[in-house]
Amino acid sequence: MKITPEMMARRWFLQRCGIGLGAMAASNLLHQELLANTNGDSNPNPLAPKKPHFEPKVKRVIYMFQAGAPSQLELFDHKQELVARNGQLPPASLLEGYRAAFIDPKSGLLAGKFPFKKWGQSGMELSEVLPHLGEVADDICLIRSMQTEAVNHAPAQIMMNTGSQQFGRPSLGAWSLYGLGSESENLPGFVVLTSAKGTSGGASNYGAGFLPTMYGGVPLRSKGDPVLYLSNPPGIDSQTQRESLDAIRRLNEASLQSLGDPQIAARIQSYEMAYRLQTSAPELMELTDESPETLAMYGIKDPKEANYARNCLLARRLVERGVRFVQLFHEAWDQHGNLKADVKKNALDTDQASAALVKDLKQRGLLKDTLVIWGGEFGRTPMVQGGDDGRDHHNRCFSLWLAGGGLKTGYTHGKTDDFGFNVVDQPVHVHDLNATLLHLLGLDHLKLTYRFQGRDYRLTDVHGNLVKDILA
Amino acid sequence: MMDSAKPVWLTASLLFVAMQFASLPYSIFGQEQALHYQQKIRPIIVDHCLACHGVDEATREGGLRLDQREAALKGGESQSPAIVPGKPDDSELIRRITSSSSDEIMPPPEHGAPLNADEISLLKEWIKSGATYEEHWAFVAPKKVPLPNSQYARPIDALVQQHLSTKGMSLSAIEQQNRLCRRIYLDIIGLPPTPGELEAFHKDGIETTIDKLLASERFGEKWARPWLDAARYSDTNGYEKDLKRDQWAWRDWVIRALNNDKPYDEFVIEQIAGDLIPNATQDQIIATGFLRNSMVNEEGAIVPEQFRMVEMFDRLDCIGKSVLGLTTQCAQCHSHKFDPLTMHEYYGMFAYLNNTYEAQSWVYNGTQLNKRNEVLNAIKELETQIKNSRPDWAQEIAKLEEDCRTKQAAWNAIKFYDMNSISGLNHPTQEADLSLLMKGHTSGDVYFIAEPNLANVTGLRIEVLTHPDLPFTGPGRNAVGSWGIREIEVFTQQPDAKDWQKLKLTNATADFSEPEQKLDEGKSTSGPVSLVVDGNDATWWKADRGTALRNQPSVAVLQFETPLSAPAGTKFKIAMRMTDMVGSCRFSLTTTDKPTAASMDYGALLAAQVPAADRTPQEQRYLFDAWRKSMAELKDLSDQIDSQWKQYPTAETSILHSAERPQRDARVTHLLQRGEWDKPGEPVTPTVPAAFHPLRDDTSPPRLKFAHWLVDRESPLAARVAVNRVWQSIFGNGLVETAEDFGTRATVPEYRELLDWLAVDFIENQWSTKKLIRKILTSKTYQQSSQVTPQQLELDPDNRLLARGPRFRADAEVVRDMAMAMAGLLHHQFGGPGIIPPVPQNVLDYNYTYPSYWVPATGPQRYRRTIYNFRKRSMPDPAMSAFDAPNADFACARRIRSNTPLAALTALNEPIFVEASQAMALRILREGGNSDASRITYAYQICMARSPNENEQKVVMQLLQQQRQRIAEGWLNPREMITGKPDQLPELPAGTTPQDAAAWTIAARVLLNLDETISKN
Repeated sequence: MKITPEMMARRWFLQRCGIGLGAMAASNLLHQELLANTNGDSNPNPLAPKKPHFEPKVKRVIYMFQAGAPSQLELFDHKQELVARNGQLPPASLLEGYRAAFIDPKSGLLAGKFPFKKWGQSGMELSEVLPHLGEVADDICLIRSMQTEAVNHAPAQIMMNTGSQQFGRPSLGAWSLYGLGSESENLPGFVVLTSAKGTSGGASNYGAGFLPTMYGGVPLRSKGDPVLYLSNPPGIDSQTQRESLDAIRRLNEASLQSLGDPQIAARIQSYEMAYRLQTSAPELMELTDESPETLAMYGIKDPKEANYARNCLLARRLVERGVRFVQLFHEAWDQHGNLKADVKKNALDTDQASAALVKDLKQRGLLKDTLVIWGGEFGRTPMVQGGDDGRDHHNRCFSLWLAGGGLKTGYTHGKTDDFGFNVVDQPVHVHDLNATLLHLLGLDHLKLTYRFQGRDYRLTDVHGNLVKDILA
Repeated sequence: MMDSAKPVWLTASLLFVAMQFASLPYSIFGQEQALHYQQKIRPIIVDHCLACHGVDEATREGGLRLDQREAALKGGESQSPAIVPGKPDDSELIRRITSSSSDEIMPPPEHGAPLNADEISLLKEWIKSGATYEEHWAFVAPKKVPLPNSQYARPIDALVQQHLSTKGMSLSAIEQQNRLCRRIYLDIIGLPPTPGELEAFHKDGIETTIDKLLASERFGEKWARPWLDAARYSDTNGYEKDLKRDQWAWRDWVIRALNNDKPYDEFVIEQIAGDLIPNATQDQIIATGFLRNSMVNEEGAIVPEQFRMVEMFDRLDCIGKSVLGLTTQCAQCHSHKFDPLTMHEYYGMFAYLNNTYEAQSWVYNGTQLNKRNEVLNAIKELETQIKNSRPDWAQEIAKLEEDCRTKQAAWNAIKFYDMNSISGLNHPTQEADLSLLMKGHTSGDVYFIAEPNLANVTGLRIEVLTHPDLPFTGPGRNAVGSWGIREIEVFTQQPDAKDWQKLKLTNATADFSEPEQKLDEGKSTSGPVSLVVDGNDATWWKADRGTALRNQPSVAVLQFETPLSAPAGTKFKIAMRMTDMVGSCRFSLTTTDKPTAASMDYGALLAAQVPAADRTPQEQRYLFDAWRKSMAELKDLSDQIDSQWKQYPTAETSILHSAERPQRDARVTHLLQRGEWDKPGEPVTPTVPAAFHPLRDDTSPPRLKFAHWLVDRESPLAARVAVNRVWQSIFGNGLVETAEDFGTRATVPEYRELLDWLAVDFIENQWSTKKLIRKILTSKTYQQSSQVTPQQLELDPDNRLLARGPRFRADAEVVRDMAMAMAGLLHHQFGGPGIIPPVPQNVLDYNYTYPSYWVPATGPQRYRRTIYNFRKRSMPDPAMSAFDAPNADFACARRIRSNTPLAALTALNEPIFVEASQAMALRILREGGNSDASRITYAYQICMARSPNENEQKVVMQLLQQQRQRIAEGWLNPREMITGKPDQLPELPAGTTPQDAAAWTIAARVLLNLDETISKN
């Protein structure tokens, strides 16, 4: 058989070309060849779906990152002792070698601001400001014994998301995409949604680090173009756009004929995919096909209003469309002062929609193979900051919750001491959490490596132990 | 595309080669044997063994080391030789890798899979033939191999053809001249040729064109980019606040250095230690901005030393990737497992860089430099006159010094045990000289608590001090290094007392205060020192002596209304509130009756304490100035000096740079256990890794010596890494693909001899980058056609063998510059502050700290070359990111090209690209003749430096006709298409209509988006 440039280009394209938005066109031959080629690890298209290391519990992830560090003592980890000793100094023994960020650690203890309640069959103890989460308490797994090294926001956010305080490492989402590829036809495999304000860690929180850029998170934006530069320039309508792209395609095809460079074939595909994205992204952002009941469940009053609740619903729509990793960022939780009012407000902004996402996924049968994570970058001190209404950064313990396939439900993991200062049982380091998250995706954190600068890097660096106790 | 995605055939052919070696009797000698070891044997040992049996003592198992022959022959604790040369069957190594016992098998199952049969037989054969170790090729200085007899005169071609013939291949034909011209333009200046330049090329020929372009100012603007990537250049500090910094003077220095073809060794030396070169110029100090391109954390409550260490790690990482081609990060925490770099050696290199201040200085432009020199010369002249008029001046100054030392009240500096800010945002530290250093986040209110001896204390002194870590040495932390103190309060708490007692301070005196000034409609006041004890936070002491003399110390003395005595154990707290923060100060107490501050500038009093021989020029000046001001007879000349200082120019910008700490303030470097900043281990002195060439023994300061070592002629790495980076820019891939890593884990390059030849030649040609580029561009290898045959694609998809010319999508900045150039929008202007590019509002809105300065440039400035764009770390320009531009969080020696729909959307719809299509339409109408046919030809020449073929003519013509038709039918608004605004029209070329311009805007947008337009060829 004689190999023509087109055949060569197509083969090359299938083998080697990553185009950032997952698998290829639905409408052409490439697509079928691709699908025929997705069942083994040998497919070298970097974004083609890949087999995990072992049978996964979940296929996709929604990570609701609560930036600024939510106070575990107001939300998840009630301490009667703090109520009893409100205003007293913490025992000196606790403070040996301890460094807080802002305050002199020799500051008075501060009672939690809210009563806690037992929820569900499991009797999980949660703050009264989280009534909606309480309703799904039997579906979640709460970890009260999280630990990290960092005590400043930017390094700690980077630590949670990339496993290192140093910038330049790939994020969890990027590693997931690298390990598993993308199953989405028309959308990026790793999507980022932001509410409140920009995060301390910035774009590095969801970056590709040293991995090829195609693995990085693509922000979907609530205002303006959902994907940057999605709209045609003023004055150009969709027909002119189509005619322009036809011309581009025809001219590029002619170049491909004469030059034979398969990158030209990839370029043709990229432009076609861009065209499809011009339809699929706005369609995704449009909530008109959601029922009033669904909108009400998330607490969405105006479907056009950009906020956390809308992002939660968008997250569900994204995973429904095959997106591998969705990450929400909500930077609002840094309560050095105004603790009571602001935690309450943040809870109002996030509790209902976070819980609704769990319910919604469950009722659609998606929860069993989706992983949901809710948490921030560190915890807050049992000691007061300022007068009597603030808490400083605390890295010795914090809480977060998970839901979805492969996890115990209605289960509380780990224990902190009476002051909510140290972990006394079942500590979970960031690296342990990340190892476990990858495990649920069917990836062995020791084997998911990328050779960079002569070293096989891992998300968990040289650390990380599976938290077996939270696995079902 | 991705690197790990090796086509299947490659792996298969490697295996095939491997099996051949395994089955043949081992009889390869010399060069080939070394190559065989490096390509086949070492990778097996590295990958399977060295994690536990390598350089790192801390993780070495069983005392066995397999990276060195003697050690392997000796064996580990078990005493049995791991390798017995010639006798694979007696070698413990072979026994263990083939063992069937799970206790014995190596590597242990938990560490990795067992070796496969081919690997085992390769090792057996190697041991059988003597187990010769070879040094890693990149760690041995390069040599020029004898050039083969060849039909090709140029060494590059001879070496490439020699290798190709072993594969049964040969160089391709020369590229079409038009394409070649465009390739040369894009490679040298990063811009396409204009139709006129294309014509000139046909007349001038290749070599003349190359020389002309190498001499162009545009050259540096293209070639600075890879170095800026490697040097993580940015215009902001990074981390959450990501505030602006002034660093563009360094960026311009790089562009200028490239334009001047500064020898690469000097280029590196000046960036590592330019400040230490004798009589360093402003430019040489700017060069050290290279080290300071690290991110700076200004988050609240940070401990500055923690993040200084992060910056230090970043600096070594950057030098490793950009100059050494070595990975260093591993050795922060433990000895490198694969390359010969111990943890101790890592911190040895670290120590060369660690004895520095994080300095910031003003940068003057040419006019300002002249003015500055004029002022300084005039002052020098006046000083000479003073000295001539008083021949005993030296003795008189000595007397003044003596008085300074003996006639001042005795002050005891206070050592504090608790230093903090009310907000917690800033954590002051106390230095050995008991001065308080306040770096990190700025904070308006600080307090300090001590338990000093309080017996009849009459006064409190605050020395507001300069420090080289502060902006322009401070003492303040505002944008010019200035400060203001609102209030100083003192409290005591006696043992067992609950409450703090506030003490009354009075009679404040200072060496200098500004005159009183009402601000804020009279609501606040600044100036006299008395304002720090007036109980009013709306008033503050300022002592800014003006542009030239601002950055010097000041002192204030405050008296206790009643002398203070208190029992031992009494806590003594100073609270200080500021407008602009003080960066360094020291508090002292005295028992002298009615203490006051001397009126002479405090710098002189401090200088008098320094032994005469150790005084800096600045300290000598303080004393001289104090003396001249004290002499009534010198008033006239002295006043003239003072008025000269007032002429001193204000600088254009500033630079973050390195400055060496003097002996008296030397910093000891410690090895950091597990790389943690707060776990210092043993002290480390500056050393270079033993496995490389030695440091030259001379008397230069250590950092300068290290800089010379990095680019020593004997260095095995420096020239190879530099040459490889140039090759990478031109061919898309380096000869060593991992441009940042030449270590033992890097693949042995296909064209090692070529790389080595070029590296040696580079050094022989005084490290001239331009000569190197010229050498490459005049080769047949470079000038080959980039047309690829299916066979070539099958055999060599990435063009590693170089049997065809380079073809790849241009770098982000080049893609953008090309669009502006083709549109005729590009505005050439050298250097200066970063240009703010348009960024969508929905990107701007998600900054942690909103950059209110983000006002996109308009007019010609909007269309400057992209190298001059302002780069914000936490908000990388999305248009450039879509084309794989890195964001400068860390050093990037190599961009990985992608080909994505996001890039397509950017080139179709991003404002600059859209404006380019609109402007290009007008240009074509203006310059391209009167018919659409001639205009299409012209447009192709602008974009692709060639004429369109018939088919291309037809496609564009059809597009134009479609659009004209739709406009005529009223579907499209031509005004909006041309200007973006439904009711606006630009000035149209004579004889053209809005309909022409609109249709051509569409056509131009299509042409700007073609693969051929945005690619080299």
